[in-house]
Amino acid sequence: MSDAKKFLYLNRKAPYGTIYALESLEVVLIGAAFEQQVSLAFVDDGVYQLMAGQNTKGSGFKNFSNTYKALGDYDVRNLYVEKESLDERGLSVDDLMPITHDTDDEEDLPSIMVVSRAEMAKVMSEQDVVLSF
Amino acid sequence: MKFGIVVNEGPYTHQASDTAYNFTKAALEKGHEIIRVFFYHDGVNNATRLTVPPQDDRNLQKLWSELAEAHKLDMVVCIAAAQRRGILDENEAKRQGKDADNIAPAFRISGLGQLIDAGIKADRLVTFGD
Repeated sequence: MSDAKKFLYLNRKAPYGTIYALESLEVVLIGAAFEQQVSLAFVDDGVYQLMAGQNTKGSGFKNFSNTYKALGDYDVRNLYVEKESLDERGLSVDDLMPITHDTDDEEDLPSIMVVSRAEMAKVMSEQDVVLSF
Repeated sequence: MKFGIVVNEGPYTHQASDTAYNFTKAALEKGHEIIRVFFYHDGVNNATRLTVPPQDDRNLQKLWSELAEAHKLDMVVCIAAAQRRGILDENEAKRQGKDADNIAPAFRISGLGQLIDAGIKADRLVTFGD
């Protein structure tokens, strides 16, 4: 793992109005096989991707929100959510899906970390590769 | 420097493909290495050979194909994104029971692993698109 790169998937768009969220998730799942250090970030309307209780009935879109809950099984454990983006949309972490992962020692650890805009900038600056969707 | 290029928008609606093309060309002229150009999202639409833009405008697909042939570029179209949008090579057309293929010269269809691989191998992975 020493030569693994830090990959950040930056999600900026709502889940269903465009295809970016779904195709971002497809890269994350494929990328998980490459044993890199993977994090996801959610800013702007991207925070809607993690909303609990998504219902796409009537729109004809595939509801892929359960896939986020499975990310832990792919060793994707760090989901950074920007606090200002939540605040600006009248949301809090309680509105988001519970997403957890297991480690060798513990089970059901929370994967979502709410961070400030300044902290998010720091997270981004520490990456080797940022893929923006 | 080793660059990987990601093109996320189709031709003409957005400038992304033009800018990616110009960046790639300029980087090559400066002696940099382009390890791969990866087309994702609507970017896969750059790879159809069936576009017929007006004669007094640029032909982006042709520009990409010519640049790739001149510099032996590896231009990869994401298979999942391509299938959604009707971009097929001969093998895929056959496999999916379609009556035609449309991939342009010098493009090849492959998986998203090629995008991750470009991120791993490149010094800089540069994304063009919204």
